[in-house]
Amino acid sequence: MSNPYIVLPVIFQLFVAVVLMFSWNRKNLQKLISVIGSLIALLISLLLLLKVNQEGIQAMQAGGWVAPFGITFVADTFSALLVLLTAIAGLAVSVFSVGSIRNARIKFGYFPILHLLIMGLSGAFLTGDIFNLYVWFEIIIISSFVLLTIGGEKAQIEGAIKYVTMNLLASVIFLTAIAILYGLTGSLNMADLSIQVAAVENRGLVNVTAILFLIGFGIKSAVFPLYFWLPASYHTPPPAISAIFGGLLTKVGVYALLRVFTLIFIPDEFLTWVISIMAMLTILTGGLGALIQNNMRKVFSYLIICHIGFMLAGLGIYSTIAIAGAVFYLVHDIMVKTNLFMVSGLIFKFKGTYSMRLLGGFYKEQPLLSLLMAIPLFSLVGIPPLSGFWGKLLLIKGAIASSNILMIAFIILGSFLTLFIIAKLWAAVFWKDGAELPRKKHIKYFEELKPLKKKAMIGSIAFLSVISLGIGFGAEWIMRLSMTIAENLMDPAPYIQAVLGI
Amino acid sequence: MEILLVIIIGLLYAAGIYMMLRRSLVKLIIGLILLGNGANLLIFLLGKIVKGEPPIIADTEKMLGEIYADPVPQALILTAIVISFGLQAFAIILIKRAYKVVKTDDLDEMNATDEDL
Repeated sequence: MSNPYIVLPVIFQLFVAVVLMFSWNRKNLQKLISVIGSLIALLISLLLLLKVNQEGIQAMQAGGWVAPFGITFVADTFSALLVLLTAIAGLAVSVFSVGSIRNARIKFGYFPILHLLIMGLSGAFLTGDIFNLYVWFEIIIISSFVLLTIGGEKAQIEGAIKYVTMNLLASVIFLTAIAILYGLTGSLNMADLSIQVAAVENRGLVNVTAILFLIGFGIKSAVFPLYFWLPASYHTPPPAISAIFGGLLTKVGVYALLRVFTLIFIPDEFLTWVISIMAMLTILTGGLGALIQNNMRKVFSYLIICHIGFMLAGLGIYSTIAIAGAVFYLVHDIMVKTNLFMVSGLIFKFKGTYSMRLLGGFYKEQPLLSLLMAIPLFSLVGIPPLSGFWGKLLLIKGAIASSNILMIAFIILGSFLTLFIIAKLWAAVFWKDGAELPRKKHIKYFEELKPLKKKAMIGSIAFLSVISLGIGFGAEWIMRLSMTIAENLMDPAPYIQAVLGI
Repeated sequence: MEILLVIIIGLLYAAGIYMMLRRSLVKLIIGLILLGNGANLLIFLLGKIVKGEPPIIADTEKMLGEIYADPVPQALILTAIVISFGLQAFAIILIKRAYKVVKTDDLDEMNATDEDL
């Protein structure tokens, strides 16, 4: 039952990071290695997904220790799909970094840390052991701390303090929850826990542990009322870093929530009620927060929160179709949010500001680029047949099936707020007559860049836009995949069978 | 022993959260460190403490006896300590850097990220 290729996406990223560290001072070589490494990683994850799709859930017991005693890695469709999306986002951000990251930052080890971050993300998606998940979370946060502070500007440092504090607190809460869980069951293997937790008689303590997990993962995935660190930090680092953060870091929290609350803790009525309320308020506060912001990147930061609410809503409704909707939305959101932060970075390269009040006339200056940028923007709104529509459709279908009227209202309100915000942003940045902005000396504007860098930035945005379009037009295929994932999540028997062999 | 540990863990969590709610950056980090130590002791306590029965198989035996200390919590704590080591080292450097850049250690005055840029 040992399939070592499951951890290949993880080990390969580590390998790339190590190779990058050996070429510490050679900036151009680093860029080349990073892009080629990301390409190969993409290929590996694609093969993994195909294999899982054909042969079912794959499990690997690290070091040959039979589950539940050793550390298990499991690749089911959900994990493999997320690893693939991580690789796609990683490739896009790597290419975008070639164009947009300054040499000073590369000298401080930007590329190796980026690959370590992606390694942590892939590991978190693939592990089948709750303590191992904690370790991957720590790898993710320490890499993200470094990426967030690299460069050391004032806003970056201040944002980092809030980000570091909340993430360390979340880790402690997560660790506390693991401690209680281990005390209750004596196991750390997630498949084994699924059986053991169901047999625990002290239900009160099980519920308390579940709430601790909800808070720990809730901080990481930025849900109401635990999200305040996100809009304080995500707009401070360079756009390439914001892009990988915005696309993936909160989503790994959502993944952990979906996994833990379908496999280990089956939510009772109270818990689904709590999650539903959190989801609704996340949608509302995220949307309203985005409404009043003036900085483009802050708008996108709040929109991340708003759309985390949609995914949480799927968990709150807790039916196969609603969870399929949440998974579809997750797939769409990773691609679009990564792309949007890169779009804001490209606009900054042209104009030298993120302020929507100052920006304007972008459509007149760059009509073709504006049309390209319209793809992720309108995918986010979810105008059919673009990708954001289908996830919400499934979510609303799920809410109707469980006659949760309030949830439908909030999902529609959230969509409406998103539409309004994007329309406002489009009018302010692209259509409004733009005043001539003063040139800032310390910014290297787009016109001054080398042709290769220009192509890298536009190419990565175009790449992700094509994938977004693919998700929208190939919705049937993704929907079938989401339904498979949701069925696997709702019925964990095959997962347990693949890990424990029973 | 268990009662003593329970009290210590409670104190560490309470003191940690109290320190985190202060406005000073240094106290914030101390609070995080205390919380981390509390969590480590909690793992130790909930792993069921057994006195004087190390999990070692004697030469004459084939497997462990009836009662033995569970080695897993110790492995977990060791991992958690090493991780928190790294994170706390980073956090301490970060607050030092923040103090240099912002020239204050009052959290209430760190609001550059809320400015409308």
